Amino acid sequence: MEAPIRAREALGFILFSLLFSICRSSSLNHLLISNAERRIDLSSHIVKVYLTLKVENAGSTPTSEVFLSFPPTQVDHLATVEALVTKGKRKKTTLVRLDVKPTELPDAPNDAKYFAIYLENPLKSGESTTLEVLYLLTHSQEPFPAEIAQSESQLVYYRDSALILSPYHIKQQTTFIKTPSTKVESFTRVEPSNRAGTEIKYGPYEDHPPYSFSPILIHFENNSPFAVVEELVREVEISHWGNLQVTEQYTLVHAGARHKGVFSRVDFQSRPTLNGASSLRYLLARLPPRVHSVYYRDEIGNISSSHLRTDSRKSELEIEPRYPLFGGWKATFVIGYGLPLQDFLFETSDDRRYLNFTFGCPLLETVVDKLTIKVVLPEGSKDPSAVVPFPVEQHLETKYSYLDVVGRTVVVMEKKNLVPTHNSHFQVYYTFKPIFMLAEPLMLASAFFLFFVACVAYLHIDLSIRK
Amino acid sequence: MSNSSTSDLLKPFKLKTKQQELLIRVSILCLVYILAFITRLFSVLRYESMIHEFDPYFNYRTTLYLTQHGFYDFWNWFDYESWYPLGRIVGGTLYPGLMVTAALIYRLLHFLRFAVHIREVCVLTAPFFASNTTLVAYFFGKEIWDSGAGLVAAILIAVCPGYISRSVAGSYDNEGVAIFALLFTFYLFVKAVNKGSLAWGLASAFGYFYMVSAWGGYVFIINLIPLYVLVLLITGRYSMRLYVAYNCMYILGMLLAMQIRFVGFQHVQSGEHMAAMGVFFLMQVFYFLDWVKHMLSDTKLFQEFLSITVTCAVAAGGIALGVGAASGYISPWTGRFYSLLDPTYAKDHIPIIASVSEHQPTAWSSFMFDFHILLFLFPAGLYFCFKRLSDATIFIVMYGLTSMYFAGVMVRLILVATPAVCLISAIAVSATVKNLTVLLRSKNKVAQIGSTKGTSSAKASSKASLDQSQPFQKNGAMALLFGAFYLLSRYATHCTWVTSEAYSSPSIVLAARGAHGNRVIFDDYREAYFWLRQNTPPDAKVMSWWDYGYQITAMGNRTVIVDNNTWNNTHIATVGRAMSSYEDEAYEIIRSLDVDYVLVVFGGVTGYSSDDINKFLWMVRIGGGVFPVIKEPDYLVNGEYRVDKGAAPKMLNCLMYKLSYYRFGEMMPEYGKPPGYDRARGVEIGNKDIKLEHLEEAFTTSNWIVRIYKVKPPNNRW
Repeated sequence: MEAPIRAREALGFILFSLLFSICRSSSLNHLLISNAERRIDLSSHIVKVYLTLKVENAGSTPTSEVFLSFPPTQVDHLATVEALVTKGKRKKTTLVRLDVKPTELPDAPNDAKYFAIYLENPLKSGESTTLEVLYLLTHSQEPFPAEIAQSESQLVYYRDSALILSPYHIKQQTTFIKTPSTKVESFTRVEPSNRAGTEIKYGPYEDHPPYSFSPILIHFENNSPFAVVEELVREVEISHWGNLQVTEQYTLVHAGARHKGVFSRVDFQSRPTLNGASSLRYLLARLPPRVHSVYYRDEIGNISSSHLRTDSRKSELEIEPRYPLFGGWKATFVIGYGLPLQDFLFETSDDRRYLNFTFGCPLLETVVDKLTIKVVLPEGSKDPSAVVPFPVEQHLETKYSYLDVVGRTVVVMEKKNLVPTHNSHFQVYYTFKPIFMLAEPLMLASAFFLFFVACVAYLHIDLSIRK
Repeated sequence: MSNSSTSDLLKPFKLKTKQQELLIRVSILCLVYILAFITRLFSVLRYESMIHEFDPYFNYRTTLYLTQHGFYDFWNWFDYESWYPLGRIVGGTLYPGLMVTAALIYRLLHFLRFAVHIREVCVLTAPFFASNTTLVAYFFGKEIWDSGAGLVAAILIAVCPGYISRSVAGSYDNEGVAIFALLFTFYLFVKAVNKGSLAWGLASAFGYFYMVSAWGGYVFIINLIPLYVLVLLITGRYSMRLYVAYNCMYILGMLLAMQIRFVGFQHVQSGEHMAAMGVFFLMQVFYFLDWVKHMLSDTKLFQEFLSITVTCAVAAGGIALGVGAASGYISPWTGRFYSLLDPTYAKDHIPIIASVSEHQPTAWSSFMFDFHILLFLFPAGLYFCFKRLSDATIFIVMYGLTSMYFAGVMVRLILVATPAVCLISAIAVSATVKNLTVLLRSKNKVAQIGSTKGTSSAKASSKASLDQSQPFQKNGAMALLFGAFYLLSRYATHCTWVTSEAYSSPSIVLAARGAHGNRVIFDDYREAYFWLRQNTPPDAKVMSWWDYGYQITAMGNRTVIVDNNTWNNTHIATVGRAMSSYEDEAYEIIRSLDVDYVLVVFGGVTGYSSDDINKFLWMVRIGGGVFPVIKEPDYLVNGEYRVDKGAAPKMLNCLMYKLSYYRFGEMMPEYGKPPGYDRARGVEIGNKDIKLEHLEEAFTTSNWIVRIYKVKPPNNRW
């Protein structure tokens, strides 16, 4: 195993240093990073990376863009990138969120992908600022061995670089990697590097040119269940009679090491810590407060193993799938609940209405591969428009529900690769005349009226031919 | 008076007596209609809106297919997911009435923009049809007796446990709509006989068609109606009305019934339908004779002619039947038909029919359980019917008597007897109560008339004198009336209690009381089926005893070897043989059937008694019926069936025993009992050290009720 890694390492070095010479002339090199610290948290299956960069403008022109670069293999698994800047004097510091957008740069070496951080105030020549960057990676821990038996624990690989990949020169950098337990099978050594407890430290490394790369591989135990929702469809139905009905359809899979061989209930029941350590026994969903009529079911009926705890701040729904999920096992289910409308529906000054609702998945510590949100507006609403804090695919549909004549407008939003940090709010604006609320009751009333009229008419009319 | 002004005001709204009566009648009927529906909703309220038992799962699956793929695909559906590797021609081997009805209701609701799920429609189909049955019972009662009897019949049938047992919400089975169709056909036929009109005859033919499309029990109709006609002919009640009604119903009903593929040409080819044809020809002979009698004035000559023609006709019929039977054109009676006529037949010849608990002869207690007071109101009603004999009462008497006989032969046929019992009991109740109230009222009236007008009629005076001769009559009548009401209210409470306690559990979810009185739910069946659905390859073949076949295909969405449509006895016997062989022999059979998973149901941990170990002797019997290698005595010790240390060696090592008790010896299901204590049978198991060679445990549910084993591929030869 060691030899190919070395070879790749060496190849990487050569390539990057070659490419580095090409981009030397680009406009990027007037910035440099005087100090970088990276903390990689591997304790769950979502990899959290905290990056602290001290950026210095060494050029002559002020600049307001700072670029982050990622290797193409990581970009596919990158769920979110956030950047914050500390503002203010020493004691009264506040964190300000900055805009981050994916960009393309010409002559990007080795298909590296870029994200641009837009500073609030341009960084003048000679000034420096500290940026806090957080990014999350999904599906980045590869189970090895890929199949385990019930009593074995789950071991995974994590691949990254000991050096931070950056388009800028980094004067000094350190990387800390936190593993979930002390059990680490092996890790690539790039001196100076050492391991203490659950932490592996790489660095400090001094003066590395742009696009330095040094692949590392860590093989460690991670028994946290790899809960991945392959597909989630959330339907939010607005009724102006005072209810917001949410229906969520999950396709859940345990994406860890695949289960191999027998499943023994005796062992699972009698020695729960040793057996099926990485199995997924229950999930926690955090629902909005004042939730009512919660249900949890699947295609073949109600699942009786769930508990709901509510207080004034939040509601927690603990759900157990019908069976414990081992690696590679699947479960599909539906969660539905009602919410009071006044908590989520508001009016703007220009007589429009808008729904304010959370975007992501209410399950904690889960990755959603594909999320579809459908906002079903009441019949007769017009000009829908959605405001989402991040880019999503959007289109409109029509849905027919109870007693609908023209159908309800559905705003559909789709996004791939979501993590819990995506649980921010989005808004759907529309116009609606309250008179439409009366359409369905009037229809029912007139149908009953006609029925009684028909009855009366039938009793009074003699249809017989003979007299 | 202040009252006068309000009464003046209300005068335009005041109804005539007849209108009042109509209003009361309609509102009673509406209430009964609603009552019949809601009394069947216990299971939905207590559990959830779900399909119950075994057969309803097949019906649900086919209905789902029908709504998704349309009628033609459904009609031509070849189901390769059951009876692997044979498959099943679904369209040609089922009664489509139920599915088509549910799909039509579903379409109608969606047309009216009620976005319901097809499951809800299926769950509520049986209660809906039960409500409709109450209406039919009302009209039927009105036709044979009077509208009072009709109302009582509607109320009785709305809550009668014998009917509720098969029509609670979720019991989505053929019987749910078939009892409605049965009673409706009978009502229309009796109406046709009473009116002698072609229109009613035609209606009854269509009713019969619906019944044929819904349930195999239509054979009862096609034999009862000819029997009834025959009885009318013998008792000299032949009339033109009967001729029109029967001929129209028989010919059109037969032609319509042939459209159902599962029935096909049976009406002209099967022995069970020959009685109807014979009576049809007899009818023509009668008509001919009637005509000849009309033409001939000489009675002596007619008597001679009569004897010749009757002999000739009977002889011709007999010869035709003999030739048909001998040439194989007319098929002989089937085993199921025989087992109805002779209760001991199935036990000796068809173990697969005898193994089903609902095919057992009925115990007295279950008659009492299902009919309660109707059981002694029934003979009273028969008395009233005989007292006022008419074409209609003869019919209901015959229906009651024959169906009571069949109810005695098979438990499940109590269902068929229920409408007749309710109607006849309703006649008894209605007639009694009417007589009593007439007695009470007439006395007052007589007294009134006597006091106000001196000129009382002779009849009234005679009645009054009669009344005075029995001094306690009024009090007696009052007491009897109260007695009747007490009995009826007891009936209502009994029915509600039976419905809630006995007939409202879905049997797929088991509920028990925990140690602290809380309700514990065992949802193991769905746990296992859903595991199969999600975590096995889509083309996996599952072998289990046939009871669970429909559920596995419907909920687990996997192919099964055998299921509840027990059309191929050999195939079932092969599975029975595999279950009762040693593991390596069984492995050969399993390999030859291309099985991937074996599923067994085991109640040893929870004390669930209807598991596979308790059904095992039937597997041995059915397997042994086809493969003489399997011998029942090998599994018994001195004629006794046991699973503990004293069990027969073959029993302790057969596949079913091994799969049920695999690693159960390490388990302590009950405190203070040794490990491996089987709670369903109350013994410690005899073989605790079970090793499996060719199968491995794939999944066991949380309460061990369902255990699934994976069949290993054969070992490498080197």
